Amino acid sequence: MTTKKLLPLLALCLPLLGQAADPVGTGPLRGTGDLGIAVERARGSLQWLDTSKLASLGRIEGLGDLSHASAVFSRDARYAYVFGRDGGLTKVDLLTGTVVKRVIQSGNSIGGAISQDGRFIAAANYTPGGVKVFDAETLDLVVEIPTDSKVIGLEDIPGNRFGFSLWDKGEIWVADLSENPKQPRITRFTHIGTQPYDALVSPDGRWYVAGLYGENGIAVLDTWNLEAGVRRALPDYGRGEEKLPVYKMPHLETWAMVGNLAFIPGVGRHEVVIVDVSTWTQVGVIPVAGQPVFVMAQPDGRRLWVNFAFPHYDTVQVIDVPTRKIVHEMKPGKAVLHMEFTPRGEHVWLSVRDANKLEVYDTASFKKLAELPADSPSGIFFTARAHRFGL
Amino acid sequence: MQGTRSATGCRCRSVPAESRTGPVPSRWMLMLSGIAFAALAALTVLALSSLVSPASAEAGAAAPSPARQKELIHLVRQECGFCHGLRLTGGLGAPLTAQAMRDKPAETLEAVIRHGIPGTAMPGWEPFLSEPETRWIVLHLQRGFPE
Repeated sequence: MTTKKLLPLLALCLPLLGQAADPVGTGPLRGTGDLGIAVERARGSLQWLDTSKLASLGRIEGLGDLSHASAVFSRDARYAYVFGRDGGLTKVDLLTGTVVKRVIQSGNSIGGAISQDGRFIAAANYTPGGVKVFDAETLDLVVEIPTDSKVIGLEDIPGNRFGFSLWDKGEIWVADLSENPKQPRITRFTHIGTQPYDALVSPDGRWYVAGLYGENGIAVLDTWNLEAGVRRALPDYGRGEEKLPVYKMPHLETWAMVGNLAFIPGVGRHEVVIVDVSTWTQVGVIPVAGQPVFVMAQPDGRRLWVNFAFPHYDTVQVIDVPTRKIVHEMKPGKAVLHMEFTPRGEHVWLSVRDANKLEVYDTASFKKLAELPADSPSGIFFTARAHRFGL
Repeated sequence: MQGTRSATGCRCRSVPAESRTGPVPSRWMLMLSGIAFAALAALTVLALSSLVSPASAEAGAAAPSPARQKELIHLVRQECGFCHGLRLTGGLGAPLTAQAMRDKPAETLEAVIRHGIPGTAMPGWEPFLSEPETRWIVLHLQRGFPE
């Protein structure tokens, strides 16, 4: 047999050497577009998910403290990069279900982002405060950006840039890696407001919006025009009203492209705030069951799925965007921590922490399609995020 | 009930750290005496508040039941853990490890848990925790919180 004929045979045999119990790679060739992970926050592991089969492919262990974990995906959607609370950054191969590499990059981390070109992973850190940028291939450190503040809302924006906010200082920084990744060009915006708690990026990557915990309103940056600076919007939102206690910090994630509307959680108020992003004004509120944590738009933008902070964390409400009415409510169990849509949104997956399960629902009929056991699950992340800004 | 807290709180503050984390019964004895004092001072108020909030009547009686202790551990690890970390090593909120907690006055920590810290992200948990439950949490935070 010639070498030419041997090579393909060898290539077929190689995946058999993988160590996972039943790695996808040993089976027929497959893509990763329907794969994902769910964080098992207490045991520091992941459920490895197949969203076509509505099944778990196994458990991936050894990721450290995942009490506030999030993940981003490589541009080929094969690898997940998981940011853990203990400062761990773990690269996971979704074809073999194994940890490829893991570095402890700080004492205490909150999340991160992957650059537009997929070459850099940026991690937002609390202790010591700052951003660290890693090579996506090797996880070698590329550059460290100290901030002297807890960093939140780290997002990728077009032009191989990262935007992030400083909780303690009330600033937004943009780090531009397009020219020299080892010496990113930093643009600082000061006095953007008190205690920015999270940020979102519009689906086109243009707008970086930070929510403010310490005062009314949001801070808006047009990443097409940094010279224009950060503008404040919704300064009168909730003015004069006493805030309700917030038992879990809300997240900013979503922007429903229906009439150019963004939907964000009210802070200290049991409502979803509707913002017209063409004018950056508030155009309405939708009263909901509690303090919203995630307000997530289905990929088609037609409905919003909302979960809530303690003590209303057993509830999920669904809002019809055109009519702004709640069209469905369900109580899957205590501590619905996250929701993730399949790439085109026909299904939504929920993590129900205290019930130790993931649930899958049909988004049109609200019928439950599957339940999967998972140990204290929190964030669910599907590979479709690989190709979107700000996720 | 304010009198109860400051009565036990003052006594607690004056004893060395070793005794403070010592046997539980002596601690509850202290609270009992606090309760008696408060009851004498404002019998009606005490009766009323124990009607409104049954848990507050337990102040000097007993530690939370084992089942409730389990719930409290879950609450602290999971709910507080969002900001303070599942392992309580800190995050957006300060670390709640024994090392970070043990030198802080217990009554200050109790007040923070119950009323929050204005101007920060720390909310008050008063609606969900009785005073004895809060005290139990603080005691165990200072000892190193159970898993």
